This record gives sequence, structure tokens and C-alpha cells, in this order.
Amino acid sequence: MTRVADRQAPPAASLAHLVRDAGLAALVAALLAVPLLGFRLNVSAQGLSLEYRLPWILYAAAAVFAGRLLLSLAARSLWPQVRQRSRGFGARFPSNTNVIVGWVLIGGALVLPWLPFADPRFLSVATLVLIYVMLGWGLNIVVGLAGLLDLGYVAFYAIGAYSFALLSMNFGLSFWICLPLAGILGAFFGILLGFPVLRLRGDYLAIVTLGFGEIIRVILLNWQAVTNGPDGITDIPRPTLFGLSFESPFRGPLHGTGFADFLGVPYSPMQWMFFIYYLILLLALGTTLFAQRMRRLPTGRAWEALREDEIACKSLGMNPVTVKLSAFAIGASFAGLAGCFFAARQGFISPESFTFIESATILAIVVLGGMGSQIGIVLAAMLLVGLPEWFRNLAEYRMIAFGGAMVLIMIWRPGGLLSRRDPTVTLGEGPAESMRPAPAAESPR
Amino acid sequence: MLKVRGLHSGYGRIEALHGVDVDVEAGEIMTVVGANGAGKTTLLMTVCGHPRAWSGEVLFEGRDITGLPMFEIGRLGIAHVPEGRHIFPRMTVLENLQMGGYAVDPRHFDADLQRVLAYFPQLGNRLSQRGGTLSGGEQQMLAIGRALISRPRMLLLDEPSLGLAPLVVRQLFDIIADINRDERMTVFLIEQNAFQALRLAHRACIMVNGRITTRGTGAELLADPAVQAAYLEGAAPSAEEAP
Ligand SMILES: Nc1ncnc2c1ncn2[C@@H]1O[C@H](COP(=O)(O)OP(=O)(O)O)[C@@H](O)[C@H]1O
Ligand SMILES: [Mg+2]
Repeated sequence: MTRVADRQAPPAASLAHLVRDAGLAALVAALLAVPLLGFRLNVSAQGLSLEYRLPWILYAAAAVFAGRLLLSLAARSLWPQVRQRSRGFGARFPSNTNVIVGWVLIGGALVLPWLPFADPRFLSVATLVLIYVMLGWGLNIVVGLAGLLDLGYVAFYAIGAYSFALLSMNFGLSFWICLPLAGILGAFFGILLGFPVLRLRGDYLAIVTLGFGEIIRVILLNWQAVTNGPDGITDIPRPTLFGLSFESPFRGPLHGTGFADFLGVPYSPMQWMFFIYYLILLLALGTTLFAQRMRRLPTGRAWEALREDEIACKSLGMNPVTVKLSAFAIGASFAGLAGCFFAARQGFISPESFTFIESATILAIVVLGGMGSQIGIVLAAMLLVGLPEWFRNLAEYRMIAFGGAMVLIMIWRPGGLLSRRDPTVTLGEGPAESMRPAPAAESPR
Repeated sequence: MLKVRGLHSGYGRIEALHGVDVDVEAGEIMTVVGANGAGKTTLLMTVCGHPRAWSGEVLFEGRDITGLPMFEIGRLGIAHVPEGRHIFPRMTVLENLQMGGYAVDPRHFDADLQRVLAYFPQLGNRLSQRGGTLSGGEQQMLAIGRALISRPRMLLLDEPSLGLAPLVVRQLFDIIADINRDERMTVFLIEQNAFQALRLAHRACIMVNGRITTRGTGAELLADPAVQAAYLEGAAPSAEEAP
């Protein structure tokens, strides 16, 4: 019987070893500090002047030396406990905890806008987090389930956003017509990208998808006549709710009835915020329900199987081409939907919103969430998008905290926040119920 | 049922099969035994379309399947249990078995699962266990069980004894004989463990360096002194010693 080997504890290190290690870290810090801290550009009336700040480099090196030494001393004494605890973490959860936590999260998300602290800023951060949750769940189909490393996912997000912006601006199509169109266009481009990369795996696939993401961005940037280039598209109309408009009545005459008028309440921008919050909640929940459903169907199960063993899949009659294409297409269509929503919410889009860093963030959410865990993705999105956005006024420190959080997670939960894979069918729910055998006396091992 | 004619195949520019002819009749257990590296796995994989045959032909139930992609061959009623088992390690036993039914009508699944668990009762205790945590013998049973769920008319087994204790091998081969007898299942068995395979087989042949050198019934080959010397004495078999 084979078991996954336990994570190796770092070898118990001697003090001299720790000092040498800290010295090395200090050296790296000093080298990094030369360009980062060593110079300062002063702008004055006489023009630019360069100030050399050599002591800063020493301070940085000293701080890193002390910090690294303290950290490794602490780790040396604490590591066994930490390891013990983090090992128990995943195992302690009974299998239906995920379901309970899921319902609690959904309930929380539903009442969130009504809570006393939910001011416009909070709601806007929550909406942003939900966009990334949806993108994470969508990308999870491609990366987490099908195991295809896609670094250009933002391209489909951009396609969704631009298709809504262009269709509504040029042809006057409403949000509700554009939403499915954006999904279909996303899927179409997913297949378009999928075809040439089907034979590629791992690193090669990552590079090609990365290139695809950039190609789309560069096209949006340079196809001035259609996309208005770097200036982007402004004044994208807001979606309506059954024809009721959320436009501010103070910005000009409304087209059709306003939502506030219809209800006979005074207009408030919060109505719009509530509306888009619930809209993205609905879209995101739709994404995860769809993904969960797919996992139980042959197609979805084939995604997971194909990632595990391609030879076995082929010998069972599975066509890898259609299986991979379906994963690409479905993942991309959810990005298209999210992009459509994004354009509608912002009212303004430009290629700047669809750079590689977005793909990287979404991928980080999926990986940190634990590759395939739906709830893990929610936690990771809150951590990676929600917190930095909320602490935006802390400026550059938030990026340091971001990096620190990533490092800590990878130390304590190298498989991601929630890395357990849930079976798609368990005893008592599938056909296996009737065949649960009497407890066998002998064990074959 | 399966006819292989003048099959040449290999990897890159290196030829591993130099014109192989094999027939498998319906309902029999046919085995190919041979030393490590003789090309047995290559033969089975080429029959399944991966790698593609360089020349020669493969007929299944009279239909030419040479050059068909592997997944289409998998849908024709040929179930291939590849060397090294290739189960899905992160999926549960039950999910593994369900993947076996990927290309068949799902309504058959319940009955087929019963059928498979009747052959491999050990798997019944482990339906919700991850495939990767099974013992080697159980993994092989799972791989064969998964293949049976795909309702094949012919079972291709590549070294099911690989890495298993002798007792487990005997148990497994008895079950293979049962499957052949009870379901009239045609079995094409590739083995290095010549004694166990020849004991089981109705007909057998010996493969040396990409060629079939000896043919006969299982009993005939078991009794053949040259075969005994080369494959049954525990001594390292050398290709030249086989007639
Ligand atoms: N994937 C591969 N790439 C290149 N050569 C291979 C590959 N697989 C097998 N071979 C070569 O083909 C020959 C036959 O191997 P194989 O069919 O695996 O033998 P057997 O299954 O009888 O042990 C060997 O010489 C082996 O080195
Ligand atoms: Mg072999």
C-alpha cells in the first residue's frame, strides 16, 4: 500500500548553520537594496539630482539578517508543532463540512449588503471579490479539473467585456442579450485557442496561452477603429432589471422607467450597488453549480480522469481532443460572462484592465485555493483580491503583506488552502448503495 | 477474432516489432510470453493504435482497425489494461469503475458493477477509497474491473503480474480464467511470468526481439525443454536460447 510521503521537516539545523543562512539572506537583501533603496531621485528647481543612500543598504541587510535569524530560530523550536497541526487540519474535517461551509457562505453572501457595515465601499470590494471568485471557479475547470495550465485566461475575460461594450454601443443590444453572447464568444475563442494547443502539455501550454492573452490585449490596444485603442470605451450603458433602469436621474433624462420610480422610493446609488452585487452573486453561484454538476457527468469526470492518466482514458474510449476542448470552452465561456458583467459594472473598459497580472491573480487564486476546491477559491479570492483592495490606502505595504501571505500559505498549506479532492460520488448516493458488502473479516493486506 | 498480420512498429526510428503475426480466436485465452524488452507491450499498444503501426494490418472481427486512433479502438469492444495498471490514483475506486463505463450506456452500470464485484469482492470493501491507496494487487483488480465495465468482447492484459507477490498472481490468474470461462471472454494476455501465463493459456507463443519464435498450446510450451530452459528455470532468459 502506497501513501503519499509526509512532508519533510527541515533538518534540525545548528546555530552556525542558521547564522550562515541569515548571512546569505542579508547578502541577497543588500544586493536588492542597491537599486531599490540605494539611490533617491530628487526633483528640485535645479532639475534632477541623484542622492546616494548607502546606509540604507546596510540597514536593510541588518534587518533581514536579524529577521531571518529570529524566524529560523522560532521555526526550529516550533516546527514540529506546526507540522502536527497543519497535518491534522485537512483530516479533521468530515466530508460534509464542505457542504455546510458552502451553505453558510452562500447565506452570508445573501445577507451581506444588508449588514450595518456594508457601505458603498464595502459593497464594491465585495462585488470585486465575487468577480474574482467567479473567474477562479471558471479557471478552476481548466486548471484544477482538467489540469491544463492556462496563463492567458484574462483574454476571455477581455473578450466578454469588449463584446458587451461593442455590441451595446454599436448595435444597442441590451445587457441581457449580450450576456449569453459574451459567454458564447468566450467559448468560441476558447475552442479557437484550444485547437492548436491540444498536443501541448505543462510548460509549453502555459507559454502558448500566455502569448494568446497578450495577443488579445495587443489587438484591443491597436485596433483603434473598433476598440478605440488605449482610450478604451466609455459610457457603456448600465444593465436594467426587467426594463427598470438604475441610471441616476440627475445625469439626464432616463430611458424608460427608473427602478426607484417604479417602487416609489427616492433614488439612491445604493440600489445600483445592491443590484450588481446580487447579479454577480447569481453569476458566480451559477458557475460553481454548473462546475459541480459537470463533475458528476461523464464529460466533467473525463476532465479529471484525463489529467490523471491519458493512456487509460484513451483505452476507455475517451477522445482527449473533445474532452480538452470542452474544458477550454466552458472555462472560457464563464470568463466571457464575467467580462460582460465587468464592463457593465464599470461602464468603462480599456485594455489596461486585461493585463497579464490579472491572469496571474486568477491563477494564484485557483492554486492557493487548493486546485479544485470551490470553497478554497472563495477564501483565496478574499485574501488575494479583497484584502489588498480594502487596504488600498496602505499603499505599497499591501503588496508586501500580499507577498508575505503567499509565502506563509505555501509553507503551511503547500497544497493550497483546501487541497482535499471530494469524490463526485459516495456510498449511499450512487448505485453502490445496494452493494455495500458485509464487513469483510480478512484484509488482503 | 483478432488477426495481426506482418506488424511492424517502433518508436522514433527504432523498430521494435519486425513483422509479427498473431491470431486470437473468440473465447480463448491467447498469451504471448517473452523476456523484458522483447516487444510485447509494443505489440499490444500497436494493436490499440498507439504507437501507430508502420506496416502490416490489424483486423478485429474482420474489420481493419490499423491506423484508427486509440480512443476509437477502445470503443469497438476491445478493453486494454495497459502495463502498469494506469488507474486514476486520485479518484475513488467507484469513480475509477465509473470511468470504465464512459463510452457505454450508463443503464448497464449497476449490473456491470455487480458482475465486477462478484469477481473482485475485495474491491467492494474499498469503493470509496482512493485508487492510489490500494495495494498493487487491488490496483490490478481495479484496472481489470474497470476494463470489464466497458463491456468488451476482448480483454487485452499487459503483464498483470507486474510487481505482485506470487500468491496474489495465482489468485489474479484464477480470476482471469473464471472471467474467460463464465463470460466466454476472449483474453489476449501478455506476460513475462511464463509459468503462470502458459498454465492458463489455451494457445501461446513466445516473442523474442520483436519476432514470434515459437507457437503451440499452453501445455505444449510448458512441456517444451527449450522453453523451460529459457523461461521457467529462473535463470535470466536469453533470446538466443529460444528455438
Ligand atoms: N516509449 C518508448 N520509446 C522508445 N523505445 C521504447 C519505448 N517503449 C519501449 N521501447 C523499446 O522497445 C522495445 C520493446 O519494448 P517493450 O515492448 O516495452 O517490451 P516488453 O513489453 O516485452 O518488455 C525495447 O527495446 C524498448 O527499449
Ligand atoms: Mg512490457
